[in-house]
Amino acid sequence: MQRYSLLSLLRHGLNRHTTWAPAWRSPPLRERYDVIVIGAGGHGLATAYYLTKEHGITDIAVLESGWLGGGNIARNTVTIRSNYMRDASIPFYVKSVALYEQMTRELNFNTMHSRRGMIDVIQTWGMMRDRRRRQHIMDLHGSTYEQITTAELRRRIPALTGGGAEARLPILGGFIHPEAAVNRHDAVAWAYARAIDAMGGEIHQQTPVTQLMRGPDGRIAGVVTPRGVIRAPKVAVAVSGHTTTLTETAGLRLPLRTMNLTAFVSEPVQPLIDVIVNCPDAGFYLSQSDKGELVIGGAPDPGQSFRRDIKQTVFEDTVSAMLSLFPAFKGLKMLRQWGGHLDIAHDASPIQDETDVPGLFVTAGWWGGYKAIPAGGLTLAHLVATGRPHPLMAPFSIKRFRHLDYVMESGTTTAR
Amino acid sequence: MMLIPCPFCGPRTESEFAYGGPVRPPRPDPATTAEADWVGWLTEVPNPLGPVEERWCHLRGCGSWLTLWRDTRTHAIVGGPQDAE
Repeated sequence: MQRYSLLSLLRHGLNRHTTWAPAWRSPPLRERYDVIVIGAGGHGLATAYYLTKEHGITDIAVLESGWLGGGNIARNTVTIRSNYMRDASIPFYVKSVALYEQMTRELNFNTMHSRRGMIDVIQTWGMMRDRRRRQHIMDLHGSTYEQITTAELRRRIPALTGGGAEARLPILGGFIHPEAAVNRHDAVAWAYARAIDAMGGEIHQQTPVTQLMRGPDGRIAGVVTPRGVIRAPKVAVAVSGHTTTLTETAGLRLPLRTMNLTAFVSEPVQPLIDVIVNCPDAGFYLSQSDKGELVIGGAPDPGQSFRRDIKQTVFEDTVSAMLSLFPAFKGLKMLRQWGGHLDIAHDASPIQDETDVPGLFVTAGWWGGYKAIPAGGLTLAHLVATGRPHPLMAPFSIKRFRHLDYVMESGTTTAR
Repeated sequence: MMLIPCPFCGPRTESEFAYGGPVRPPRPDPATTAEADWVGWLTEVPNPLGPVEERWCHLRGCGSWLTLWRDTRTHAIVGGPQDAE
């Protein structure tokens, strides 16, 4: 792997940038691998990376139906945080935030990690009690929430001019989660792809898996793609919203529903907001990108959905919620909207386990899975390589449903 | 924007309705049902690329409940399997 540095930039710059090597190869597709990872999104790429780095497995194919970095890793709001509710969840997300913080150095690729903190704007006493409860649980597990006054909240977010004494829901106070960060989603996909390629793994774009194949003994045997049958004794499914579409082809049923979660961005404006602002009572969250655009998200569509665009009703609800707290944004023009279909488990916590089909692994239910990418890959690689769940992921086995031992999670979506 | 056919008010805009969840099969008797089937009934819903059957409530209207089939790929309200006969 050619390392990126100031020196390499100078050297290739003198050659008018004609001498850069491709960041990853496009090798011919073989008929057999040790491990197939379905989905070259964040979780699939991170899994392949840690399979090689931590467990020395190099005979890996990552199969991607579209193009690298074109799935949900490009369809989120790049919010990295660990302010969850459950004892089982918080240590996992603390680990994930820590892995994100070292990613630029570890992968020699600038992921533009910006630890800017997230501020929750609290407008009801019920939400205040929820955040205080979370603060105490997070204290136990190495994550941080700090309560701030309304005056401090307005000092840190000068654009927040709504929610005064005359408002329907006056602001009661705020909570700041200092570890929260944003980064560059494309860089995460490209950095992992480059590292996987350098260590010998293969990434095959434009290779959709249409069916999972089981052998006569019931074990997973491989996958069917339009480019032919590919065999492997271990297959990991990391395809977000289409998890059940794929696992049903192997006769599996999973407690997952697919939902559409949407976001939109405004035109670029001058630097205005230097934290991630989350307004759970109003029902929206926003941050400002390095380009100056405001990245705004709200609630999911009602009902299951495989559509990847925003509904007019959802858009209007989110915008009116935003204007109740940021009335000055009335003049902003909106540039783009997008949706991502993601699966949510019955208890809103992820599922990562070997399924009833031996050799077939799923990582699913990652509602807001962007923040979980590095740790989700680390734990799935551990499970695939050793056959035992990683301690951070042990509570999220699929067997929990058999004992009705749910991990009901309320920290999953930001705007809630 | 979906136009949802309310049985009482006729077609009305989606923003007047509340989503009531997917339609499930009738509740089995847990005492006589195998454990796997019981947990399946509690936690699993059909998740197809295509029509799903679901409940909606005309909450900001007359309050009627209704059942419809909606295509998860397009959000179009479609005929259910029983209508095809």
